[in-house]
Amino acid sequence: MNNLFNYIDRPSPIHRLTGATKFVCLMLWSAAAMSTYDTRFLAILGAASLVMFKVSRIKYKDVSFLLSFTFVFLIMNNILVYLFSPLHGCEIYNSTTYLLPYTGHFAPTAEQLFYHLNYFLKYLATIPIVLLFVCTTNPSEFASSLNKIGVKYSVAYSVSLALRYIPDVQRQYHEISQASQARGIEMSRKTNIVNRLKSASTILIPLILTSMDRIEVISNAMELRGFGKRDKRTWYMAHPFRRPDIVCMIVCAILVVIAIALNIINGSRFYNPFMQI
Amino acid sequence: MEELLKFENFTFQYNAQTKPTLIDINLTVHKGEKILIAGPSGCGKSTLIHCINGLIPFSYKGENRGRLTIKGKDTNKMSLFEISKSVGTVLQDSDAQFVGMTVAEDIAFALENDCVGEPKLHDTVNEVAGLVNVDKLLDHAPTELSGGQKQRVSVAGVMVDDVELLLFDEPLANLDPATGKQAVELIDNVGKRTGAAVIIVEHRLEDVLYKDVDRIVLMYEGRIIRDCTPDELLSESALKEHGIREPLYITALKYSNVNITPDMKPGHIDTIRLSDSDMKKVFDFYESIEEPKERGTRDKLLEVSDITFAYKEGHSPVLKNINLCIDRGEMVAIVGTNGAGKSTFSKVICGFEPGYEGKITFAGEDFDSLSIKERAEHIGFVLQNPNQMISKVMIMDEVAMGLRLRGASEEEIATKTEQALKICGLWKFRNWPISALSFGQKKRVTIASILTLEPEMIILDEPTAGQDYRHYTEIMDFLKEINEKGVTVLMITHDMHLMLEYAERAVVFSDGRIIADDTCASIITNPDIVREANLKETSLYELAKDCKIEDGTGFVRRFIDYERTVVNVKEREA
Repeated sequence: MNNLFNYIDRPSPIHRLTGATKFVCLMLWSAAAMSTYDTRFLAILGAASLVMFKVSRIKYKDVSFLLSFTFVFLIMNNILVYLFSPLHGCEIYNSTTYLLPYTGHFAPTAEQLFYHLNYFLKYLATIPIVLLFVCTTNPSEFASSLNKIGVKYSVAYSVSLALRYIPDVQRQYHEISQASQARGIEMSRKTNIVNRLKSASTILIPLILTSMDRIEVISNAMELRGFGKRDKRTWYMAHPFRRPDIVCMIVCAILVVIAIALNIINGSRFYNPFMQI
Repeated sequence: MEELLKFENFTFQYNAQTKPTLIDINLTVHKGEKILIAGPSGCGKSTLIHCINGLIPFSYKGENRGRLTIKGKDTNKMSLFEISKSVGTVLQDSDAQFVGMTVAEDIAFALENDCVGEPKLHDTVNEVAGLVNVDKLLDHAPTELSGGQKQRVSVAGVMVDDVELLLFDEPLANLDPATGKQAVELIDNVGKRTGAAVIIVEHRLEDVLYKDVDRIVLMYEGRIIRDCTPDELLSESALKEHGIREPLYITALKYSNVNITPDMKPGHIDTIRLSDSDMKKVFDFYESIEEPKERGTRDKLLEVSDITFAYKEGHSPVLKNINLCIDRGEMVAIVGTNGAGKSTFSKVICGFEPGYEGKITFAGEDFDSLSIKERAEHIGFVLQNPNQMISKVMIMDEVAMGLRLRGASEEEIATKTEQALKICGLWKFRNWPISALSFGQKKRVTIASILTLEPEMIILDEPTAGQDYRHYTEIMDFLKEINEKGVTVLMITHDMHLMLEYAERAVVFSDGRIIADDTCASIITNPDIVREANLKETSLYELAKDCKIEDGTGFVRRFIDYERTVVNVKEREA
């Protein structure tokens, strides 16, 4: 069974960072990548994120499912952008350079293609980092560090609890769906999407009911062992912040500053190589 | 001895109920005592447990009269957390009790909540994990553990608190027989090592009595009706009268008209002292029953040849060269350890897991090319937990669902659901919502909804898990009945009693192979198979040895036959 939220335990410097550091860095990094369309900056971020992927020892096959999913999404997104506003790039860069003798509405322009390149780089700069966060953060350790940066422990704990029960729920879903199929509910690709959704809903009811039963048991189990007794709790998986944590956060903060500075220097969110032409 | 826990004229009533669930309870538990609480479902055992661990009144609201004190302190004046410092509870479902992502975190849970810092946190976890033998599993996730290991972790999780009273709520449910035996040993060990008092709630009496307990408390309809030593209780007939199954050797002695008295030490098959005349009586009983006849040959229904199956390509196979033949009209038990391949085997037969090697034929027809849906018209599969199968609100709709999805006419649906509901004894409930039914009744709904498709065979996964003796008998007699009407029944079970009593034949799985396929009596008395498949010998066999009956297997076989033909028939008539 494929677990989407897969923590993959391998020794690497990125795994050794605390969950909170990784979370803060993820936020800062995404802010930096989101705020600008500066091609040079995005290219550097993209290259850096690939290097970090290498460092983290996460392999392509570990994340192939999510990666191919985002890739399909990226392609569709690009096609849609092109179809709906093929001249978007020309508006942004305030110039039009036709690449072919044909000059109709859908004619390819250098500006539009350059815009798509930026679009692609933005994905490249962010997606690997998100995957990296998911794959290298131990959920319990993440909960403990969320608590450390000020999130209430009951909230932080529910994050790790949810992750704890995902495999259970997946297994149950599988079992219930098999039993339902035996009773004649068609789940295979042979039937149309409406019927498949209907079938899925008949599985959801028993799934929800059995999960509700469990929630009562779990919350009792937790209370019986003193959860919620005090305002604070300690964490078995907690790690102290160390020098690399601080360094990483500072570097990511600098990235945000650079992104903002570039926006000011470029005079807009876009880096425009067509100005000189 | 110091008093640890004391109920004085204690009565409790849930807010939602019109009658009290616990009536006039008087019970004292001393330091270091080990007590077994037994009683049929609905007798108030769970409520009693909840009163002790504080879930009543903190999670379940109600009104109480009388007094409950822990170490002299009135629990009404204590907080849940204060109580949990002296009382540790191991819940029935050790899967749900497992809160942490890994073994270590789960053991540490109570300490974390108590703000225990490093290095004490890690040290205590290591120490306690060593005590219950899970120290090599500290970084394992719950899904990677066996049922017995999970339970060890649960025990460790409450032991970190230095509690003085340990509560075990049906610790043997969901464990295979041998693991259950280890669990009883573990509980005994933990109690002795920590000096904590132990209260076990369990209806598998014989299994718990494998290790000594000081007292058995028998509950019935909210009251404590007996509170005495096992030796005393087993000499009486109170257990049977109140719906609790006696140990099998006791039943056999009673059938033989042996007069059991407390000074015979009947609490244990190893301690019981039988006089020569008692032995003679048992021997006479054995001689008086005829050796059951071999049944004649029947038509082959399901033939499985050379099935090998792995969940993922390249992984080691879960089923290895399985060959099995089930005849029409048989009632067969499939037994073996957790993870031996029993469930996988039934899933492969039902078509849930395609991609196996080998051949399955059903009533002479090729089964391999059929889909799940098509196979379901021949073989029905009933999951262990009925809640996993029920997706409609009303009983009628649920039972009719399979036919409706197959596009049957309304007329056909009406006649077939009526038939199925009547067989399952649910006809008078037909217009009820399913939520109003008990667990056992829900189980029948799921069986009824399978029966509408008129399968020739049904497979049940643990048909009686978590049921008390009365419901157990109800479900099993019902299965026997549909079996007599011609439906072939295949049961996956851990329950040795069930196998002995109801199955004609048992198929034993171990590590993906079938290691035995024989009558239940021969299997349960074969020490090699018992050991390899984590089964448990029956005390009947030992009784036979004690009474110098050479053919122990024959004794077991005759005892079962006597129960089936003489006793059950008499009881049914009564």
